[in-house]
Amino acid sequence: MYWNEKCECMPCEELRALQEERLRKTVGRVYCEVPFYRRALQERGLGPHDIQSLDDFKKLPFTTKEDLRDNYPYGLFAVPLSEVVRLHASSGTTGKPTVVGYTRRDLDVWAEVMARALTCCGATKHSMIHNAYGYGLFTGGLGIHYGAERVGASVIPVSGGHTKRQVLIMKDFGSTILTCTPSYALYLAEVMEEMGISKGDLKLKGGLFGAEPWSENMRHQIEKHLGLIALDIYGISEIIGPGVAVECPAKQGLHIFEDHFLAEIIDPETGEQLPPGEYGELVITTITKEALPLLRYRTRDITAIIPDPCPCGRTHVRIERIKGRTDDMLVIRGVNVFPSQIEEVLFRISHTEPHYLIIVERREQLDELEVWVEVSEAVFSDEVRKLEHLEHQIQGEINDILGISVRVKLVEPKTLERSEGKAKRVIDRRQL
Amino acid sequence: MPIKQISVFLENKCGRLASVTRTLGNHEINIRAFSIADTTDFGILRLIVNQPEEAYRVLRSEGFTVSITDVIAVQIPDRPGGLADILELMQEAGVNIEYMYAFVEKVSLDALAVFRVESVAAAIKLMRERGIKVLSGSEVYNL
Repeated sequence: MYWNEKCECMPCEELRALQEERLRKTVGRVYCEVPFYRRALQERGLGPHDIQSLDDFKKLPFTTKEDLRDNYPYGLFAVPLSEVVRLHASSGTTGKPTVVGYTRRDLDVWAEVMARALTCCGATKHSMIHNAYGYGLFTGGLGIHYGAERVGASVIPVSGGHTKRQVLIMKDFGSTILTCTPSYALYLAEVMEEMGISKGDLKLKGGLFGAEPWSENMRHQIEKHLGLIALDIYGISEIIGPGVAVECPAKQGLHIFEDHFLAEIIDPETGEQLPPGEYGELVITTITKEALPLLRYRTRDITAIIPDPCPCGRTHVRIERIKGRTDDMLVIRGVNVFPSQIEEVLFRISHTEPHYLIIVERREQLDELEVWVEVSEAVFSDEVRKLEHLEHQIQGEINDILGISVRVKLVEPKTLERSEGKAKRVIDRRQL
Repeated sequence: MPIKQISVFLENKCGRLASVTRTLGNHEINIRAFSIADTTDFGILRLIVNQPEEAYRVLRSEGFTVSITDVIAVQIPDRPGGLADILELMQEAGVNIEYMYAFVEKVSLDALAVFRVESVAAAIKLMRERGIKVLSGSEVYNL
């Protein structure tokens, strides 16, 4: 079943022509409207007319998260703020978030791609969609929400937390589609069991799970315990949010919505394009975004393009499940966390180069983050309450920046491993 | 005349206390009094030793987080109510005690206690005015 068969199953040549036309428009627009891109193109000796086909594509400069940070908050917007009707934000590599904007038409595109994604997992206007993604600056909640309304389904905007209440709502409201992070889906299943509610008491049929890495094994667990078809959804707020790519019921990779987003895989070291089938960094170019069009945005996610046609009939290219990251970003309960954000907090408090270690574990399906901090003479005190205050201060400031609670443990100096090159800052003990 | 206390940060794990005391022993440093304040994760070892500067140096070079704090050593009559008298006196004078602990050794017939207070100088002045003996560094280190 398709939401938009004409677009999703468009013959490849027609799709390519559409992509080239939209790419040309996008390049022309950013050249005129975004000084950052005009400079970047001029530095390469490129004018707006030098990009005619997808073959010219690799001449274009990359865009990175650092570029967004350097142009914080609105520097890369291609429309005046009066045209922007929505803002979202995700965590930046340091204290400041990455801000993304949407015009009315961008929201329309977002609802369209999310409607396609939800249709993949069986959503129709008869569905009851239980949306347990967080609502707010995070793109997850509202992204799913508008797609669900576009489909015509009934949306339950339950957001995150209050898990027992969520189970009751799923049961009493008759939820048929569940959308949340895969780890939260497993947690819901556990709480259901504790409450004596089985999958037979629910009407779940399908679900979209994403915003964090997961595995086939987790898919089996979710499907077994919740009695639904679990599909992977990929999104990144800089590009649009959830709805950049989604698995179809064939469960053989995620279709990129190629009439809106162009995907390439590059070698993260050299920046060279890699052939289909080879793993590398996913790079995405938006070709319909108005407020924040991005050329060759480096997602830092590692995957490969699947060249073969999909049995489902969609012509849009597929990528493999995300295998990892090229940077040290962690996803904790759906929230992006960069060790540099934690380092900045520690530096601010201790005024010296902090030695720290981040330990991630998954207990009862929920991610827990522990930060070990070496006690330097600068922060040491002979009074217990001052050291406890220090722990709380670190905890509080990390919480303020990341929006998640962490446990802080003070450790003796030199207990954390020093390596010759880059210090090992993260131990991830999660088994996906 | 305050005396010097050595404070050492300790993680709550096996062998840390032994390691600190062994380091001091290897350098011929003798412990006069000590106390440990502990929480779930960590502890703070507080020591009065015969050579505080040397103890600070060797512990630091062994990689411990160490600090030196001024405290006062007060001679207390060894009888029921002896400590209470001194504590009441400090309370009346508004001297805020962060923590205290006792010496094992005694000076003549009196007991000896270490006080960590907010204002060391004011506390010493108070003791003196009330005729309470406050020991000097050399008196304590050479016990």
